[in-house]
Amino acid sequence: MLLRTLTIAATMLATGATVSIAQDDPIAERQEAMKTMGRSMRVLVPMARGQADYDAEAALAAFVQMNDAAQNYGDLFPEGTETGGDTRAKPEIWTDREGFDTAVADFKEDLAMAVSADIGSLDAFRPVFGAVAQNCGDCHEDYQVPEN
Amino acid sequence: MRRLTVILGVCVALGLAAFWLLSAPTQLPDADLAALDGHEPDLQNGENLFWVGGCASCHAAPDAEGDARAVLSGGLALESPYGVFGVPGISPDPETGIGGWSFADFANAMKRGVSPDGRHYYPSFPYASYAKMTLTDLADLWAYLQRMPVPENAAVIPETELAFPFNMRRGIGLWKRVYLNEAPVIADDVLGDDPVLARGRYLVEGAGHCGECHSPRNIGLAMDGSRWLAGAPNPEGEGRVPNITDHPDGLADWTEDDIAYGLESGFTPAFDSMGGSMASVVKNFANAAAEDRAAIAAYLKAIPPLPDG
Repeated sequence: MLLRTLTIAATMLATGATVSIAQDDPIAERQEAMKTMGRSMRVLVPMARGQADYDAEAALAAFVQMNDAAQNYGDLFPEGTETGGDTRAKPEIWTDREGFDTAVADFKEDLAMAVSADIGSLDAFRPVFGAVAQNCGDCHEDYQVPEN
Repeated sequence: MRRLTVILGVCVALGLAAFWLLSAPTQLPDADLAALDGHEPDLQNGENLFWVGGCASCHAAPDAEGDARAVLSGGLALESPYGVFGVPGISPDPETGIGGWSFADFANAMKRGVSPDGRHYYPSFPYASYAKMTLTDLADLWAYLQRMPVPENAAVIPETELAFPFNMRRGIGLWKRVYLNEAPVIADDVLGDDPVLARGRYLVEGAGHCGECHSPRNIGLAMDGSRWLAGAPNPEGEGRVPNITDHPDGLADWTEDDIAYGLESGFTPAFDSMGGSMASVVKNFANAAAEDRAAIAAYLKAIPPLPDG
């Protein structure tokens, strides 16, 4: 429990620092948030695939990082940031704000569940990971322009 | 002068007659269909083909998630550079779906792009790919589709609105004469006699219809076999559909395992998650057989690597 609290405190400090640097550039800030998601996935996916040994502490730390990065994610798409900075945000974020907000809220809900779930074993971790990971494609389908 | 008018008139009449004959919808030979008589459908194979074929991506209700993706009520407005296609239902309901069809109707739709009332379908329904499927597989898929749920409410099917000349449906007959065939895109000698690669080719070029978005189109707006899977502008809007050949512009950095896992989970090796229409494709492929995802991955690593098309 102490380790969990320390992990949460440390990542909150770390993400807090990133947020304060990029505060006036929502496009850079949301791209950084997505990179944080990617870094966490880099830890989580190999464990879920059975390519890396399961490490419950590392899994929790990754979920906590994602959870922190998601907290203000919905605020990083103000009017006027539809284009620029290599954004892959689709116009639908602004034309279908309600749908986008729901997608972000669903993601945050699954992350809140993940950081408080019992993920002591790989079998317990996999469904929690699956629920979180499902959000990536669901949201990118409607609100992100394909790469390349 | 009068004579010239007559000659001109005859020429125009002959031209129209030739157009009418050459653009006529053609159907599968009865003997081919008769060979399937008494076929015992393999529903598991039918379901696997349903997911590989991505039927739900276009034919489920536009916002359907989870189990609702099995309700094939139609209603999607499919955007394209030529206009908007209204996607019909294919549930077993006789009124709003294909419940009143025979297997011959279904096979002619999938392999010849012809409707039961003898009209050409637009190739946005990817029969240019489905044509490469075997009749046995189509019989299994047909049996599976007939067991899908009937929608509780009829969907509103958007009007198909195309710009000239794409709204001239009969002209598709000429297009088919040039571009519709059952021959594989990647020749046997490229792949050797590996049965996994042959399976991958069959799935990618046929049911999976990957080339419909991932290959550039040629001057006749057909998939370009010489730039096969080299990536193309996104037909549904912004961005590009990625190159999926084994080239630095494409999947050179991906292992076969990365490709198979990407199809299952939607994650790239850089842990980005596939967006746009591919997100829906992944939802389908997650339900397909693991060895088929692996066969597709093996084929994609075996075909000629090409720079972005």
